[in-house]
Amino acid sequence: METEGTYDVQAIRAQFPILSRKVKGKDLVYLDNAATAQKPVAVIDALVHYYSHYNANIHRGLHTLADEATAAYEASRVAVMHFVGASSPDEIIFTKGTTESINLVANAWGKSFLQEGDEIIITSLEHHANIVPWQMVAAEKKAILRVIPIDDNGILDMEAFKSMLGPKTKLVSVVHVSNALGIINPVEEIIRLAHEYNAVVLVDGAQSSVHLDIDVQTLGCDFYTFSGHKIYGPTGVGVLYGKRDLLESMPPYQGGGEMIKEVRFEHTTYNELPFKFEAGTPNIADVIALKAGIDFINTIGKAVIRKHEETLLKYATAKLKYIKGLRIIGDVKNKVSVISFVIDGVHPQDLAILLDNQGIAVRTGHHCTQPLMHRLGIVGTTRASFAAYNTIEEIDVLVEALNKSLKMLL
Amino acid sequence: MTNHKTIKNIEQELIDDFSLFETWEEKYEYLIDLGKKLAPLDPAFKTEDYKIKGCQSSVWIHSHEKDGLVHFAGDSDAIIVRGLVGLMITVLNAQPAKEIVNAPLDFIDTIGLSSHLAQTRSNGLRAMIKQMKLDAGAWQVNAENKTVE
Repeated sequence: METEGTYDVQAIRAQFPILSRKVKGKDLVYLDNAATAQKPVAVIDALVHYYSHYNANIHRGLHTLADEATAAYEASRVAVMHFVGASSPDEIIFTKGTTESINLVANAWGKSFLQEGDEIIITSLEHHANIVPWQMVAAEKKAILRVIPIDDNGILDMEAFKSMLGPKTKLVSVVHVSNALGIINPVEEIIRLAHEYNAVVLVDGAQSSVHLDIDVQTLGCDFYTFSGHKIYGPTGVGVLYGKRDLLESMPPYQGGGEMIKEVRFEHTTYNELPFKFEAGTPNIADVIALKAGIDFINTIGKAVIRKHEETLLKYATAKLKYIKGLRIIGDVKNKVSVISFVIDGVHPQDLAILLDNQGIAVRTGHHCTQPLMHRLGIVGTTRASFAAYNTIEEIDVLVEALNKSLKMLL
Repeated sequence: MTNHKTIKNIEQELIDDFSLFETWEEKYEYLIDLGKKLAPLDPAFKTEDYKIKGCQSSVWIHSHEKDGLVHFAGDSDAIIVRGLVGLMITVLNAQPAKEIVNAPLDFIDTIGLSSHLAQTRSNGLRAMIKQMKLDAGAWQVNAENKTVE
């Protein structure tokens, strides 16, 4: 059964070497895409090609290899600029990932602009990476961390948010798409409301960047962060988009090479954007290969992939609901291709072990969102998340394997 | 309640049992069954003090010493992990502390459960075994101190 008349999922699968491997003697069914996406051969080749042909340190060497590496590295920055709709490559900072991007803002912006009694607002849906850095800077600056509550389905209480906003609100840091539940938050409205109070808004795009069309200028967010490995790129590379004025006003995050203009023992002047925030030799290979991941998405088209993923989500949601005792957490209309569920009397870890023995990779546990799990009164969920290369048949395999696992457990 | 079987003897019995299983399903059904049959842990010990903190499930291990042997009880909120607790209690219960501390426990690999020792299973067998050996080590030191006195 094909999901789309024109969507050739087999041709897409053929680009991913890992998808042909076996796990425990069975065909791998990879449904842990919200944790990390698999890599198309173009990304793998970009890494090999860089190390085989033009490995060099960038921006400084005056030789051919350095020129080629620098050009490829900066081409990636331009690709990212287009990918998120930024107006200049200077607004794109390469980091290790979303976590480092948020930490960069918490340290460089937070330590300079937060004062005692200022308020930072986050949501109940945040990943630990968008909680802990703010707790740390809040503790240091005696600022206050406030949390927008959710209802039992995971929907943000926007009235509560409105009542939290005030002259003390300095920053709102909000996850665009919940990694645990897949729910899409109304970030446009959040940004608009926060800006009425001149608060700075950071959007954690770790989960949204691969599924949704991102235009930071239309959104109006001040910062947007994402990780390369979730958009079919390599691990170890991430992005911080920041509005130029804000980035200019922030002190550097780390000191070292690359980020300087001139160093004397008495005084150092810093480099311009974006280099000011890229101290030391960056992750050149992975940054370069990230472009291949973006190209992969662009070649098929985000909207086309999204339509395929929506088909999978709809099919899986309908199928899973037939399983007795299964309850989807965050079963709302506005979500990406992530299904998080619990089953009466079954611990998620038991499910993960039995599914793994059937070749299926899903994520179980708290998904690094312990406060959210606590709010929902559950220890964790089982999460299946779908990507461009997943198929209807794989969902059938999942459902069959779930039924078999339940028979064994109950 | 003396146990004349050594740890090695019990390991061998388990290796023999597991060798009868032809599929992964049989192996895990055995563990699930073991988990369901495991004597419940006294709620008094189901506290933070006896909890092995991990990422996915909770495991509690309690031990006491009697007549030179260490006795274990345990529990988990996940049934397969509970089965693993039961498996380790089967092997290590009512043995001398020194034997527990020094047991290489290589039967785990032989019966094909070494994947549960993986680092990612932060609350799997590895943490459980570490705790049981730490407990046994503590009882051993306790006993040695008594001898010195």
